[in-house]
Amino acid sequence: MPTLRRQLALGALLALYSCAAFAQGSAADEIAKYRAALQDGNPAELWEARGEALWKQARGPKNASFERCDLGLGPGVVKGAYAQLPKYFADADRVMDLETRLVWCMVTLQGATEADARKNPFGGPDRKSDLEALVAYVASESRGVKMNVALSNAQEREAYRLGEKMFYFRGGTHDFACATCHAEDGKRIRLQDLPNLTTVQGAQKAYTTWPAYRVSQGELRSFQWRLYDCFRQQRFPELLFASDASIALTMFLAHNANGAAFDAPAIKR
Amino acid sequence: MLRHGLLFAVCAGLALSFVLHGCATAPSDTEVTAKATAVLKASFKEQGQAKLDRLDQDDMQKVCSLPVGKTVPKEVAARIERENLASIRWPADGKYTGDWKNGEKIAQEGRGMQYSDDPKAASGANCYACHQLAPQEVSFGTIGPSLYQFGKLRGYNDETRKYAYGKIFNAEAYNACTNMPRFGHKGILTEAQIKDVAALLVDPESPVNK
Repeated sequence: MPTLRRQLALGALLALYSCAAFAQGSAADEIAKYRAALQDGNPAELWEARGEALWKQARGPKNASFERCDLGLGPGVVKGAYAQLPKYFADADRVMDLETRLVWCMVTLQGATEADARKNPFGGPDRKSDLEALVAYVASESRGVKMNVALSNAQEREAYRLGEKMFYFRGGTHDFACATCHAEDGKRIRLQDLPNLTTVQGAQKAYTTWPAYRVSQGELRSFQWRLYDCFRQQRFPELLFASDASIALTMFLAHNANGAAFDAPAIKR
Repeated sequence: MLRHGLLFAVCAGLALSFVLHGCATAPSDTEVTAKATAVLKASFKEQGQAKLDRLDQDDMQKVCSLPVGKTVPKEVAARIERENLASIRWPADGKYTGDWKNGEKIAQEGRGMQYSDDPKAASGANCYACHQLAPQEVSFGTIGPSLYQFGKLRGYNDETRKYAYGKIFNAEAYNACTNMPRFGHKGILTEAQIKDVAALLVDPESPVNK
């Protein structure tokens, strides 16, 4: 049983997950219970706290905090900001998701170079990502807020339509699109349930639970990371951080999740 | 990056500028498709074995990038199946199956072709990600149909063996716009590997047929 061996090697928590999996019928229930148990002490709080400190700290050549950074609800307003992103920002003349906007504020307010602001989007064992911490903090300030991503101008409508096209774009060695795994109800890869992101319910459930603390990685992961790693598994080349494709896809999925209460940072296997 | 995207898609870019200047006409579906493709290409960088040409769609990939609920016209489906069938390289020795035990290992292996994978190592087929096969493996996915008793139900004959080989080599030859990868056509698996996986499906000794 090479599969079982591999899962055991992932650690005690994952082993628990695969044990639960033996009872096929109740596997999803067991995993839900496991997630609920973990939710009590979500390590994402550590990222949230670090992100809040970073938000308030004067940084960069201009020695400025993020407290003048406009995430769409006015300078410094964090409460509810994540639930209305991505959106079009006239000052940048671009549709932006949270990560892209944070980079914008690092450059325009704090005086960082674009390259410096973008250089560490995803943390690893020896390098914590400031961006992921900031994402955790800002997202946490939308917990309980209803998703309300507008398509109120041509730029936002275009981003949505582009994202929708990209969702169905088949390519690579395996002919995969996002839709290959995420366009039908009740499907799984191995024992992992797959959300149907083409339905309101599926998009709501998935989008409102990112960012998330990933137990198997010991890291908090942003939605940018979620897309980045999906494309790796799709056998595509490497998705550029804060690229137009990443923003368009985020717009497609975030808008589809409208109406649901945002509920992240969450915790996932 | 948006500026890059615009450079790459001059026509679509023009359509966008109409919109920006208050023209009421939304870009057509064709324009949006062209721009989405251009923006995608500008949004990736090559990494390891995954080069940017993976975003160059072939005929099937282009035609089958359809929104949920839409299907290709009958004649297009027939063309895709005909062309993909014609491109299958059948084994020179006329043998369609190999060693089912090795096939089981290939069916379990999920690595291969990701930029994070060792390009020198053999790729897996990852069959269990989407299919039920041997009943002993309870961790199987459901994107594809169950293949339990594949050979037993169809008969242990050359026709079944050939179908299994061909389907693994190029599934688009039998079912246009299927979700299943084209393992031989795209060079994911070798001929010997495809024979081994076919044996897992059709060999009477394989656990799949027990």
